[in-house]
Amino acid sequence: MPDTAHFEFLLRLGDSCLVLGHRLSEWCGHAPELEEDIALANVALDLTGQADMLLAEAARFEGKGRDADALAFLRDAGDFRNLLICERPNGDFAHTIMRQFLFDAWQVELYGALAASSDKALAGIAGKAVKEAEYHLRHSGEWVVRLGDGTPESHSRAQDALDLLWPYTGEMFEADETVAALVAARIAPDPAALQSAWTRTVDDVLAEATLAKPPSGWMQTGGLTGRHSEALGHMLAVMQVLPRSHPGAKW
Amino acid sequence: MYTQGLDQRAPEGAAKAADDAAALVAFQARIDAEEKIEPNDWMPQGYRRTLVRQISQHAHSEIVGMLPEGNWITRAPSLRRKMILLAKVQDEGGHGLYLYSAAETLGVPRAEMVEQLLAGKAKYSSIFNYPTLTWADIGAIGWLVDGAAIMNQVPLCRCSYGPYARAMIRICREESFHQRQGYELMLKLAQGTSGQKRMAQDALNRWWWPSLMMFGPSDKESIHSSQNMAWKIKRVSNDDLRQKFIDVTVPQGHFLGLTFPDPELRLDEASGHWLHGPIDWTEFNRILAGDGPCNRERMAARRKAHADGAWVREAAAAHAAKRANRQRAKAAE
Ligand SMILES: [Fe+2]
Ligand SMILES: [Fe+2]
Repeated sequence: MPDTAHFEFLLRLGDSCLVLGHRLSEWCGHAPELEEDIALANVALDLTGQADMLLAEAARFEGKGRDADALAFLRDAGDFRNLLICERPNGDFAHTIMRQFLFDAWQVELYGALAASSDKALAGIAGKAVKEAEYHLRHSGEWVVRLGDGTPESHSRAQDALDLLWPYTGEMFEADETVAALVAARIAPDPAALQSAWTRTVDDVLAEATLAKPPSGWMQTGGLTGRHSEALGHMLAVMQVLPRSHPGAKW
Repeated sequence: MYTQGLDQRAPEGAAKAADDAAALVAFQARIDAEEKIEPNDWMPQGYRRTLVRQISQHAHSEIVGMLPEGNWITRAPSLRRKMILLAKVQDEGGHGLYLYSAAETLGVPRAEMVEQLLAGKAKYSSIFNYPTLTWADIGAIGWLVDGAAIMNQVPLCRCSYGPYARAMIRICREESFHQRQGYELMLKLAQGTSGQKRMAQDALNRWWWPSLMMFGPSDKESIHSSQNMAWKIKRVSNDDLRQKFIDVTVPQGHFLGLTFPDPELRLDEASGHWLHGPIDWTEFNRILAGDGPCNRERMAARRKAHADGAWVREAAAAHAAKRANRQRAKAAE
């Protein structure tokens, strides 16, 4: 098992957490109600904590003396490996919640499987993080139901969000050489196996929410190889400003 | 924190006359015996109103206070700092929740208190009308603003009103955590590059005087401290709390290698207190009246969040109603 594939895989996991956590943190103080301000900050905090652990592991496999902060704050957009869905701008609350739900449903399956990884450190991280992901999924799933089966306005906003985000879900289950190498080494689960469980969760919640699942069509791709949307560069410009403008400083 | 606006209001004399004199005596006797007053107990109208005002102002301050710090969450310079700040701002939201709940025990619904804030009828701590211009401001807020909040709030843990006192105990524990984290952030900057040191000094220069103002006007000018003292809503005077804060904080600042923006600041050997120069109360009053650097922005942000969130709250209510209907229909089958 080459360390480069391992590094690459951990970056994908860690970057998705980092970028989505960042997006959620943009809500802080501006949510529709106080309870949601607290809940979104809490999910952002969990994801940032997961990113911290996963990127630290990635840095270890890279073996070039970088740490989690160096990976988070001193890489350019093209070196990020997050899923494109994570960098989608927040939009309205329906958009944020739908993005979160589609992601949480994936993360629960992924971490559940990774908890049995042959990489013991990763299994440990996943075993703890799966509990957080389950809690996040309960929160986002309940909101999808409330919005979908709420008022006509909330229903149409939730449906719009689902339609816009759907093309970003295919990427969660992409397999390439990196994934194949990790699956072979029993470090990572087969994405196809995750997809069926994810689909069940999504179908159940969408049905309860009276939302229509979009027809499967073209799926966006590129995040896993560093081809991102325009949104990521703007996000990193904000996120990385201090470490970039004070080279070598400790915080 | 953030009980400062309290002493600014005119006293409410009229309500008191309505209260039964014997009940008042009995009430005061309970207070004097350090008994806690609970939500269903009889209480004078003035006591109730003072508490509602103070607790709701305090709650509003926690909520508005999320904005200046939230301003730096997306620019926190390390993963650890980002987590600390997220957790802190989340705590402040939680403080808002407990405090609104404590105020609700006095018969005012949270929605009504929030409406008053958004309508500009309720105050919140003026400290949050200052901008957070650099990362060091996050350290300065934790160290000084949370630090001043603790000084103000520790006596409130012994407040005569039970739900408020109990909320305060929990809140104070978290505020002191925030204070330590803020100071540790400042320490990192003070030991850092020249740019970081400059940032730290600039933050102290800007936050020092506003922090001292958080304790409210001098006792000489404070209108109805004495009634609140008798009711044990307020337990230590503004000036005493301010002095205590200065005595604790000045050596901490010196340890950081920073200077305070007060040329008259000096240690009085005889009393052991740090004596300070005059506080610019015209600035305080101006900001209280609405003309601070960020008053309008802060309120606009709260109003926008509330307005943008209306359809979400309506959806949640509509869904809850649908669910309840379905359950009723099912039960009737
Ligand atoms: Fe607080
Ligand atoms: Fe605090």
